[in-house]
Order: sequence, then C-alpha cells, then structure tokens
Amino acid sequence: MTSPIALLALIGVLYTAGVYLILERSLTRVLLGILVLGNATNVLVIVAGGRAGAPPLVGTAPESAMSDALVQALVLTAIVITLGITAFLLALIHRTWTLEREDDLTEDVEDRSVRRRLERGEQADEEELDTTGCENTADTDPDDTEAAPDPAPATVGTGREEPT
Amino acid sequence: MNPGSTLLATLMPLPVLLPLLGAGATLVLSRRPTLQRVLSVAVLAAVVVIAALLLVAAVQNGPIVVTVGSWPVPLGITLVADPLSALMLLTSMSVTLAVLVYAIGQGVYDRDEATPITIFHPTYLVLAAGVANAFLSGDLFNLYVGFEVLLMASYVLLTLGGTRSRVRAGVTYVVVNVVSSLVFLVGIALVYAAVGTLNLAQISTRMEAVPPGTALAIHLVLLTAFGIKAAVFPLSAWLPDSYPTAAAPVTAVFAGLLTKVGVYSIIRTETLIFPDSAVTQTLLLVAAGLTMLVGALGAIAQADIKRILSFTLVSHIGYMIFGVALATPLGVAGAVFYVVHHITVQATLFCVVGLVEGVGGSTSVTRLGGLMRASPILAVLWFVPAINLGGIPPLSGFVGKLGLVQAGVADGSALAWVLVAVSVLTSLLTLYAVTKVWVLAFWRPAEQIPVPDEPDPTADQDEDGGDDEQEDGVPAARASSDGGLPGAPAPRTGTLTSVRPGTARTIAGAEGNTGAEVDWPVARTAPADGVPLLSGRLLGAPGDRVSRRLPKVMAGATCALVALGLALTVVAGPLYDVADQAAVDLVARTPYIDAVFAQTVDDRVAR
Repeated sequence: MTSPIALLALIGVLYTAGVYLILERSLTRVLLGILVLGNATNVLVIVAGGRAGAPPLVGTAPESAMSDALVQALVLTAIVITLGITAFLLALIHRTWTLEREDDLTEDVEDRSVRRRLERGEQADEEELDTTGCENTADTDPDDTEAAPDPAPATVGTGREEPT
Repeated sequence: MNPGSTLLATLMPLPVLLPLLGAGATLVLSRRPTLQRVLSVAVLAAVVVIAALLLVAAVQNGPIVVTVGSWPVPLGITLVADPLSALMLLTSMSVTLAVLVYAIGQGVYDRDEATPITIFHPTYLVLAAGVANAFLSGDLFNLYVGFEVLLMASYVLLTLGGTRSRVRAGVTYVVVNVVSSLVFLVGIALVYAAVGTLNLAQISTRMEAVPPGTALAIHLVLLTAFGIKAAVFPLSAWLPDSYPTAAAPVTAVFAGLLTKVGVYSIIRTETLIFPDSAVTQTLLLVAAGLTMLVGALGAIAQADIKRILSFTLVSHIGYMIFGVALATPLGVAGAVFYVVHHITVQATLFCVVGLVEGVGGSTSVTRLGGLMRASPILAVLWFVPAINLGGIPPLSGFVGKLGLVQAGVADGSALAWVLVAVSVLTSLLTLYAVTKVWVLAFWRPAEQIPVPDEPDPTADQDEDGGDDEQEDGVPAARASSDGGLPGAPAPRTGTLTSVRPGTARTIAGAEGNTGAEVDWPVARTAPADGVPLLSGRLLGAPGDRVSRRLPKVMAGATCALVALGLALTVVAGPLYDVADQAAVDLVARTPYIDAVFAQTVDDRVAR
C-alpha cells in the first residue's frame, strides 16, 4: 500500500497543532485542540483504508478499483461522536464562564487543602470545609457574579492576550 | 440449531437494546417520575436476568455468538458472550440495578420538576447500554462505540446539576476521556491498516503475520487508550480529581463500572490479540506495581472519604493488571475474580459514603465522628465492605488477593515476586486507609471532633478566587472571615458564619431554586420518613445534631450490595471455577475464535 505523503504530512501538522492547543489552560483552546486532534485522527482512519478509488457503489466500477467504504463509515461515526462531545464541552465551557467569569480551568480545592495540610505538618486542618459542604455554599451564589466583575475582566484579558 | 440456542441468540442483543429503548421511554415519561422509576428498575432487572442466563449458557456450552442482522462474520457486527463477558455483564448489571434503587431512594431525579434532573434515568440507562455493548462486543470498532456511549452518558451524569465543583471536575474528565478515545481510534486505524479487519477474532488470527515491531506499536497505542480508561498508574491522575464531586450513586456506579470496562478491554486485547508479548507484560507488571503503591499512598494522604475511596479504586486496578500481565491461566483467573469482587465492593463503599454524608453532613474525616453511636447499622455497612477491600479473610477480597499472589508465586520470576510483595503491602496500606476512616469517623466520640471556634467556610472560597499566595497562611484565612480580603465577596461570609440549624433550611431552599446542587435535597427531604433533617448538615456539626435515621431505600440498596459482596464470599468456590474456566478459554484463545468463525456457516445467513 502506498501512503499519500500529503495526507500523512497533514496528519502530522494537525497532531502537532492539536497537542499544542490541548495543553493550554484556556478551555476554548482545549476544545479547539480536541477538534483538531479529532480531525487528524479521522484523516488517519481514512488513510488506513488505502488508496482512494471509485465510489463504492455496486455496479458502477470494478470492485478492485473501489475505495474502502468501511473506513468512511467509521469516520462518519467518529465525526458524529465528536460533534456530540463538542456540543457538550461548549455547554460546559459556557457554564464555567457563567460561574467563574473565566475561561481557564480552575484549581482543585481539595488538592490544595491536602497540600496545605502537609505543609503545616500533618495537623488536622480544621480550616477546611469538606468538599461538598464548601462547594455547596459557593455554587451559584448570586453574590459571586456580582462581586466578581472587578477582577474578572482583567483575568480574561490577560488570558487572551498572553500568547500573541 | 436447537431451540435453546435460538432463544439465547434472541436474548443476546437485549442487554444493549433494552436499556436504550428504556432510555427513550423514560425520556418520554419525564413528567411521570413514578413510571420512570418503575420502568428503569424493570429494564435493568430484566437485563440482570438475561445476563445470568447468558453466563450459565456460556459456562456450559462455550461462547455464544450472534451476528447482528445475520451478516456473515467478518462483515457485520458480532456480539460474543464468552464466560468472561457474561460474568462481567452479570456483575456490572447487578451493581447497576442496586445503585439505581439507591439513587431512587436518594431522590436524585425529582427534587424539582423544572430541573433537568429528569434526565437522570434516561442517561443512567444509556450508561448501562454502553457498558453492556462494550462487554458483549466482538468487534473493535463496536467496542469503541460502546465506550463512547457509556462515556457520553457519564459526562452528563458527572455534571448533573452543573455546580461549580462538578463543572470543574467534568471538564477534566471529559477532556481526558476524549483524548483517550482519540488514542483508541488511532489504535483502530492502525489495526485496520495492519490487518484489514476489525473483528476481534479475525484480528487475532491475522495479527500473527504482522511484523513484531508493527504489532508492538499497535499494541502500545491500544494499551495507552485502555490504560487511561482503566486508570492505570501513569495515566490515572484524572480519576481522583473527577469522581469525588459527583452525586453518591453516580460515583458508585462509575467506580464500579467505568474503569472495569477499561480493565476488561485490557484483558481482552492482552489475551486475544497480543498473547505473547514479553515487552508489554513486563511493562504492565511495572505499571501494576506502581498503580497499587501510588494509589494506596494517595489514599492515606487524603482526608475526604470519597477521595480516599477514589485512590483505593486506582490502587486496586493494579491488582487486576497484575493478574493480566502474568498471562497465565492462574493470573488471568485471579484478575477476573478480582474484577468481580472489586466492582461490587467499590460501588458498595461509595454508596455507604452517600449515607455517611446524609447522616454526618460531611465526607471529611476531620469533621466526622461518633457515627457508630449515631447509626450502628451504618457502621456495619461501612465495616464489612471496608475490611473486604482490605483483604481480611475469609471475605472475597482475601480470596482474590490470595489467587493473585498464588499466580505470582507460580510465575516465579523476580518481577513477579516483587509484585507479590507489593500487593501484600498495598493490601495493608488499604487496610490502614479504610481503618483510619473507621477510627476517625465511626469510633471517635462526637465530642472529640475538634470544632473550630469560628467556622470559617470562606477560607477555600477566597483562595478559589485566585489568591493562591494566601494558601500557606492560617492568619490570612482567618483575616478573610474577620475583615475580608480585598476582592473577596464579603456577603457570603456573613451569611454562612451565621448558619444555624434553623436558617440552614432556608439557604438550602434558596439554592434549590437555582437548580444547583443535587446532593442536598436528600438532606433536605430525608427520603422515606419525610422529616427535615438538615440541622447541622452544612457545617457538619457534631453531637446532638447528627441525624440517627437512615433513609430506608438507600440503606436497603446498600444492604443489598453488602449482601452481594458477602455472597461473593459464600460462592467464592464456584465463582472461582467460572473465573478459572474463563481464564483457560482466554489463554487458549481457540474457543473464542472458533465460536466466532463457526458462525459463518450459520444457515440463517444463507438466505
């Protein structure tokens, strides 16, 4: 099987860009990264089906000259799945935005509490609320969105302008 | 074809079909909660019965194969129920059913007619369908689809309610799992490029002709994908981050099922497609040892019970990988038995934590105490699965670990001996972690809980807002509650420090209106007896404010799970025989391959 160099190069470029994007802290970029990676993978699956040929319709061409229809079916399935995931991730990102006023992935409260406890030398850390309790008090607190606007635009601004 | 096998062939697709149809029906019935509940339970109960039938048939007569749509084998989708698949299906669906009853008791679904929680039942059934599809699939791409179906459902379940913590955890979870699915898809493309088929049986026969280097590359790609899904050590960091935030029944079913689908896939690929790969066996042994140790050490460092359990979950995945990596019938049998044991025990423990949260108002051992006096039943419900997880004889955890240790000793290589030592050590560390919970949360008298003189619920929140520099200073956290940091939302402080039992209900009620939190209605409505039990829940107050009543349905479902765990101990002998037979079949490979290819001469195809 000969490999189409152009497609292979495209796959390489897409994977590079996708990996770069997905390592960003900004969620929108992560989503773009997932889309790019998904497309790279789809092209890879197409390439795995071998050389492009005649449309795989019975009777229109000799069977040996046809493209592999299976990989196209697989890619269609994969595209549909990616579409669903993209929609869901967009909803999540939007929700993050309404809750946090920022596009970045926030840190894990419990992780930090453990780290802090270790720094203080294993004392039982009574400053900490349990995760559920403290999340409960903060989630969708109406004050949050009202109190946040001052610092928030600055954060968002820097987040977007840093890489340029 | 005799009538019996025709009946089985008819039943085979039902574990996938029934939940999917049920999902559609429950979606339509979203305004009729009672019908929704009855339907979901009925569907899953039917699937459990079918899975039991499939297991009996598969153990007696060998793998059952159904070609969907009667397409000849390499072309169509193949469903295969060999003893391994059927056993996994039966275990997982039993646990799914019990957790569903638990969730109904918790009232995750209908705390408010207007909230999207009515999607709980449809999503849960889709998850069950995805799991069943993954277990029964005889085709690599269908396995991928099964994964995607269960993952899509799990994304929704994990972020139910869309609260801050769940969205944060959800983003991590979704991104990690999407990446692992993409890696899996790459693996599928490579397999297809190498052997030109995606049917597992056909891949396994053709893979022998593939050059070893290419085969190894494909193998590693697939292992990476499954390793992320199964949370094997270097790829496991996402799990303790995302699981603990979800609602208790969701975490329970995730912990029981999702990683085990990954483990199942690893077992399947290791035994069927790549049976003799010394490189990856060494790799898997090392990964298994590290998974066990790192997970167990992580569990010890945590204070939140849900997190402790998430880390033990990671840790015990190592046992199963250990068994698979040995690649002997003994090792694989140990792994299969361990999967069954672990699905049950881990789901049980997460259900118990849900009850602990309801009774004690917290899941952090620093804020819990006196639970044994408050609720002796709860103490028993925790104690039995906890020591089961720790591997105390004669419980099933001990049997599973013993089987794996025997397999390791029989293997005799230096690395296997190291793994035997590590697995014993991990067992002790696990015991330490769960005993710590027992001592602090259950044994410690409630009066001994160190109560902060002034509850300071904003400490985390302020730092959450970005003041990371303040982390290491207790005074800084104090200052936030006294005067408030610049930029910190001050009103919240005032509201929360003044929470008293009387006002707590109002706060929770106000939050309920925003459709934010799913766990709390449990506390608010106290299912089964209707008495509002909210006093002290927000701050996890000790002593007289601890409710002594367990919600009946939730406790009943948890009891059923504990009983199932104990039943595994009672029937450990026959169960281990089944696991042995499954392992012998898996290692021999021929029963599976022959059963699939025998299907090509099925007379129904020659129509």
